[in-house]
Amino acid sequence: MLADQDRIFTNLYGLHSPGLDAAKKRGAWDGTKFLLDMGRDWIIDEMKGSGLRGRGGAGFPTGLKWSFMPKKSDGRPHYLVVNADESEPGTCKDREIMRHDPHLLIEGCLLASFAMGAHACYIYIRGEYVAEKFALQRAVDEAYEARLVGPSNVHDYPFDIYVHHGAGAYICGEETALIESLEGKKGMPRLKPPFPANMGLYGCPTTVNNVESIAVAGTILRRGGAWFAGLGGKNNTGTKLFCVSGHVNKPCNVEEELGITFRELIDKHCGGMRGGWDNLLCSIPGGSSVPLVPAEQIIDAKMDFDTLRNLGSGLGTAAVIVLDKSTDIVGAIARISYFYKHESCGQCTPCREGTGWMWRVLTRMAAGRAQKREIDMLLEVTKQVEGHTICALGDAAAWPIQGLIRHFRPEIEKRIDQYSANPHMDAVPMAAE
Amino acid sequence: MANRRLAPAAEQPQDFAFTPENADWARGQIAKYPEGRQASAVIPLLWKAQEQNGGWLPQKAIEAVADELGMPHIRVLEVATFYTMFALEPVGRFWIQLCGTVPCDCCGAKELKAALHERLGPAGHVSPDGNFSWLEVECLGACCNAPMVQINQDYYEDLTPESLNKLMDDLAAGRPVKVGSQIGRVSSEPKDAVNTLTDESLFDGSRVGAWRKRFEQTEGAGDEGVKKDEAASTEARVKDETKPARPSAGRANESNAVDAPAERASAGQTPVKSEDEAQARDAKAPPAQDPAVVEDKVLRTEPPQHPATVGAGDDVPEGESPEARADAAGTRPKGLDAPRDDRPDDLTKIKGIGPINGRRLNDLGVWHYDQVAAWSPKEVAWVSAYLALPGRIDRENWVGQASDLAGSRG
Repeated sequence: MLADQDRIFTNLYGLHSPGLDAAKKRGAWDGTKFLLDMGRDWIIDEMKGSGLRGRGGAGFPTGLKWSFMPKKSDGRPHYLVVNADESEPGTCKDREIMRHDPHLLIEGCLLASFAMGAHACYIYIRGEYVAEKFALQRAVDEAYEARLVGPSNVHDYPFDIYVHHGAGAYICGEETALIESLEGKKGMPRLKPPFPANMGLYGCPTTVNNVESIAVAGTILRRGGAWFAGLGGKNNTGTKLFCVSGHVNKPCNVEEELGITFRELIDKHCGGMRGGWDNLLCSIPGGSSVPLVPAEQIIDAKMDFDTLRNLGSGLGTAAVIVLDKSTDIVGAIARISYFYKHESCGQCTPCREGTGWMWRVLTRMAAGRAQKREIDMLLEVTKQVEGHTICALGDAAAWPIQGLIRHFRPEIEKRIDQYSANPHMDAVPMAAE
Repeated sequence: MANRRLAPAAEQPQDFAFTPENADWARGQIAKYPEGRQASAVIPLLWKAQEQNGGWLPQKAIEAVADELGMPHIRVLEVATFYTMFALEPVGRFWIQLCGTVPCDCCGAKELKAALHERLGPAGHVSPDGNFSWLEVECLGACCNAPMVQINQDYYEDLTPESLNKLMDDLAAGRPVKVGSQIGRVSSEPKDAVNTLTDESLFDGSRVGAWRKRFEQTEGAGDEGVKKDEAASTEARVKDETKPARPSAGRANESNAVDAPAERASAGQTPVKSEDEAQARDAKAPPAQDPAVVEDKVLRTEPPQHPATVGAGDDVPEGESPEARADAAGTRPKGLDAPRDDRPDDLTKIKGIGPINGRRLNDLGVWHYDQVAAWSPKEVAWVSAYLALPGRIDRENWVGQASDLAGSRG
């Protein structure tokens, strides 16, 4: 288990005050000026050296992302946008950072902005998080008051930070959709290139980072990239907030080293599996977008980017949804499909039409009212949605279904058999080809 | 996508204007964004308008916000109908949004839904006393505290049908209620079993500044070089080994290239990438090639020779015949001069082969399912290249389909 001294989010559970004084005692805003004086290149090198991979789901190296920003400004301002539109089902980590450790985030914003030459930062928080928005705004006001940030501050780096909020659209967690939304439009993802590092918010160089990636920056710079790189495994370094939900005895958020095994995570922190380990059916280890992993494969797997990728899934946001044998697994994936149908922005045809189609077919399959050859048809449709859309929502809608068919095809077939074994008034419908 | 429409005209108020306080507040919001970018404030303003109007957004409010921001009405209407937190029809005094996505769904949201249905009727209707209306919404991001609802602006977590009913009784009666977890958790910690973050030294300030030792040491010992090497090796490692965390979607994760017009301009280059320039040239004129090759192409009167060996075709120029391109990719399958017994199989029964490709296969001497079924991977590659259908034969599994068809016929 990770030692308490190596935890970054020391007020994760809100057992202490989120205010500035308490945050300073916990180590926030400690020597920020000293870190800034080390210079931009040092900060970026240190972040690269830490091996930190973005915590928003895609796992792109954060230091590398920062280095994409133009070194010199061409007259256009640079922006840092923090993606606090946390809406991946299963994920509830950024919420705890914003309401309990907001100063780590604000300090991280300053450091990151300095490293990329930005003088303004927008934090885009999801609209439903009203209390978190106020908590964060309170912390920002405190920081302004203490002249830690602001046009003239103790760090001699003019820097403004604004809290902006959305209004309930999962798609705004995609970086270009988030930028569109921040500009006051519908959240429809943009084609890339141009990448945001070149043409982002208001047509200016912009970097969009997840809350957790930014909030760990201060601690990494203080303790050194080497410290962070020493935790976890090769290429999967550092600590990560895991959000464990579903059928465990005590669901919770917890900060752990990457590479902790699934079994240890559940046993040490979540009070064990509900009904014992024999009762585990499968787990969705990275938020609803990643394919599920059946019990026998996940149970002793290391929770890190590469191990889970090799299991045909992904770490995503480390939102571990645990499902036991009481779960109607086809129904659960059908519910996930409904989520993507609901959240598709409607811009690309494969996603707009495909998500609804897949949901309807899966709903019938959950009840057994389907033909067996529709299983292959469904799989084929997921392949046709995947990779044919502007953003990754199409992929995210396809993967859970592919995971279901890969691991639970007999279950679907069993339901079809059971349904057709009994007489029914209505004919079994068939999807239009 | 959700289908969202404005409330019927009968329910729409005649006019809408921000109260003076809210108008002040709105100006404060607009000031957050750069000059001329006031449209950015559209969501906060609509949100405030909804709050002022008792939890839902009438058409007049949408128009008022548009006028305030100097935006066309339709743009704001788009925004209001796109984002699901804008209620476009009247809601109850307590607007209950039930999270129904998987983590909540598997922890009891179904029971909550049944309870709400029983007490308030179908979703989207205001109860007769005007107190409640409810809706099932998508993940609200409090998954460790499932199941949960949001009532107006507050989250109520770790619910059961009983505690939800009690909560609604209390709200309706105006009694104080506890926001957050209903089973005594502070936030998302494991209930009664917090075994982390117990070290007091984390909170009393005794560890502040401890990290500075690292810098004092490195400055003193002068081992800057060692540190640099370490950082460099980690960096190289990250660069070499990073792969997309999610399953590959067949697309690059993100381009590593810095594409900054400003930088290029300062280096005296026009703001067009060199590779783009080359491409643009290609489109207009014949590709810039060795003059000898160009000459050869123009002057040649004989038909082009097939490259003698497989694999030597990497440099087959564009515009070469399909056979030549295919020869570079694989081995040509053996063909028949004519269908056996003059009875060819209907190749278009193989999904992915249409009449045209069917005829082209016939031209290659492929007439029967069993011929397709016998293709080796090399031959598949050849046919793929010949028909210019890269990857499709494997994806659509022509070989497998053909062997099925061959089997069913025989």
